[in-house]
Amino acid sequence: MTQRGDVWVRDDADQERVPAPRPYWNRKRITTAIWFIAMAALTAIVLYPLVWLIFATFKDNSEFGQNPALLPEDPTFDNYAKVMEGIAGVPLWRFFANSAVIAIAATAGTLISSSMAAYAFARIRFKGVGIFFTAMIGTLLLPFHVVIIPQYILFNNLGMIDTYWPLILPKFLATEAFFVFLMVQFMRGIPREMDEAARVDGAGHVRTFASIMLPLIQPALVTSAIFSFIWTWNDFLAPLMYVTSPEKYPVPIALKLYNDQTSTSDYGATVTASLLGMVPILLFFLVFQRLLIAGVATQGLKG
Amino acid sequence: MVTSTVNRVDDATDQQRASASPRDPKGLTRKQRHWRENIAGYGFLTPWLVGFFGLTLVPMLYSLYLSFTRYNLFSPPEWIGFDNYIRMFTEDPNYTQSVKITLIYVLVGTPIKLAAALGVAMLLNYRDRGAGFFRSSFYAPSLIGASVSVAIVWRAMFSTDGPVDNSLSFFGLEIGGWVGNVALVVPMMILLAVWQFGAPMVIFLAGLKQVPRELYEAADMDGAGPVKKFRSITLPMLSSVVFFNLLLELIGAFQVFSSAYIISNGSGGPAGMTNFYTLYLYKRAFSDGQMGYASAMAWTLVIVVAIIAFVLFRTSKMWVHYQGDNR
Repeated sequence: MTQRGDVWVRDDADQERVPAPRPYWNRKRITTAIWFIAMAALTAIVLYPLVWLIFATFKDNSEFGQNPALLPEDPTFDNYAKVMEGIAGVPLWRFFANSAVIAIAATAGTLISSSMAAYAFARIRFKGVGIFFTAMIGTLLLPFHVVIIPQYILFNNLGMIDTYWPLILPKFLATEAFFVFLMVQFMRGIPREMDEAARVDGAGHVRTFASIMLPLIQPALVTSAIFSFIWTWNDFLAPLMYVTSPEKYPVPIALKLYNDQTSTSDYGATVTASLLGMVPILLFFLVFQRLLIAGVATQGLKG
Repeated sequence: MVTSTVNRVDDATDQQRASASPRDPKGLTRKQRHWRENIAGYGFLTPWLVGFFGLTLVPMLYSLYLSFTRYNLFSPPEWIGFDNYIRMFTEDPNYTQSVKITLIYVLVGTPIKLAAALGVAMLLNYRDRGAGFFRSSFYAPSLIGASVSVAIVWRAMFSTDGPVDNSLSFFGLEIGGWVGNVALVVPMMILLAVWQFGAPMVIFLAGLKQVPRELYEAADMDGAGPVKKFRSITLPMLSSVVFFNLLLELIGAFQVFSSAYIISNGSGGPAGMTNFYTLYLYKRAFSDGQMGYASAMAWTLVIVVAIIAFVLFRTSKMWVHYQGDNR
């Protein structure tokens, strides 16, 4: 009994030494909760225009300017039906097909020409490499509006107005320095031993480039391909200048047609076309977001 | 006599090295190797070289020439000396207006955008788990922001009785549509730019991840507060990233085009308040057929951008610290 009593006393003392159970909402958890709430609120604000757009496509034309609410009063698919018919006598799918042709060709051109240029800059020691590299960096900062007029005159003289050549040809000539730079940076990160081993085995630059370097820079190629596709898909100025007949219009110029007529009425069709025009980009983003963000991040740190 | 001997000796050693060293299995002399490198280099660079000379350098010089002419595409360019430049700066109120709103857009919008980017990046950096989703959400607008779709959405959102107008009315602010409002259309454009804070934010965040945690721990031990830590650790450690973002965002902001075009239906209105520099340039060239005048505008922009880049690079020595500088 006394022993038990001893035990009792000891237990009591122990319990006093053990700290009282902490409340669930300690400081750290509260901060984290506030953080999540703040981030969620910010996300809601940032993504609101997109959410608004999605719901707006289900609003009837009469609701625009009348129903300030996010949700449509009387949800309808009319806008989608109407927008499929297209504009200016051209069905909607045609604009998407045009955009796809331009973006795919431009992306292929960018990948081929930029990876070749990057290989020359990163791996070949030839006379003049320094000055041309500096020039390439310079074009990275150059406002391209300084060349649009002479380029227009050039393509006009070549009889290429109202064709896709002015939109595609420059991409095969590595005019977007961003991609050359991105690939140079990536190649510089690859140990020289990798390609020198191939050179030792007697491979020339062409084989080293094609069978060693290209597989090694695959992540940079994928990142470039996605960015190139998205930027070409979004490009407005070049097709505005060069493409004149409606059946050749890419999506952004078709959207301009919708936008021009908005003043007269059809809000529903305009916002619906806008959303559909973004869908390919949003899909790319959802699938490749990590890659895209990593691409942006490395550019900043190495630049 | 002497030189030839030297040459021969050189060649001999070169050949010896060539046959002995695994570095050159084909047994080429140094001269031949250089020759081959040059051919390979220019071979790989050919597409870029054609693009650089044919679509950038020569067009730039041609544009410089055009800026001293009167040219409408149809009759040959007529040399008028500095007339375009003089007209631009002294007789064209539209140009002055365009420069004014572009400068406001660039000088107000860029700092706000970068501050938002840095602020949100620091918030995101607080925690790793769960941050990925928010980071992606914040980045999304940067990818679509320059598109015609977004410009159309922006226009609709800020129009009279649009969502923005309505929520402000809820707070008792009856200001109507922003699009047609001379005082509000530039702020609306700035908001569109700030909305795209995601790209610089991603770059800031990557920079923040590289700041050694020990620095903050040491500062904690010294009892430094958050402001002190921000000014003495975060900003200096991020300075190269700030420099990069500032340079790219400033230059990018000068070239805002498609959103201004769509929001104003290509007119630059109301009252020229969306007549941003490149939109005005485009209208002068392709609506008015004044290629010479537009070229002068383009060259003025190039010079301004060059000056900004030069000043930033020059002053960067004073405020940009690269990691490992003090080693």
